[in-house]
Amino acid sequence: MPELTPTNPKPFLRQLVDKYIVVTLKFNNTKYKGKMVSTDNYFNIQLTEAEEFVGDVSKGVVGDIFIRCNNVLWIGEDLSKAEPPTE
Amino acid sequence: MSDTPLDLLRLNLDEKVYVKLRGARKLTGTLQAFDSHCNIVLSDAEETIYELVDGNLRFETKTSEMIFVRGDSVTLVTAQPEE
Repeated sequence: MPELTPTNPKPFLRQLVDKYIVVTLKFNNTKYKGKMVSTDNYFNIQLTEAEEFVGDVSKGVVGDIFIRCNNVLWIGEDLSKAEPPTE
Repeated sequence: MSDTPLDLLRLNLDEKVYVKLRGARKLTGTLQAFDSHCNIVLSDAEETIYELVDGNLRFETKTSEMIFVRGDSVTLVTAQPEE
């Protein structure tokens, strides 16, 4: 059996710093796509070049934003902007 | 170089900010103070409350000289976009 190397939440988020991510909120079907600047122990999130989406419709670029941790449903890498894998 | 999200708030101290709140509300004003819970004090604040009445979007605004916002209703903070 291959050995399991767990990816814990905090290292996972640290990996995503300076990458383009998607943050989905618990409310209003809202998403923010942008480049993650930083995160902290509460998983508050700071994004730059952020764009707001409500129900997959872009509501425009909002720039630098702070998202309070309690509103976040999930966070993932923005695969549409991910760099193609290099050899 | 900022290394935590709250540093974004620190950089916006004494600047005009836009605060999005739970319950279809937003606030703009000058950021006077904040803490780690995102409790916020704004001066010259304007609150806009959106409401759907029979399918029509209505809003009302309130202004206050100085206002304390409890952090738990904050969803997002950013520098106020240029009008």
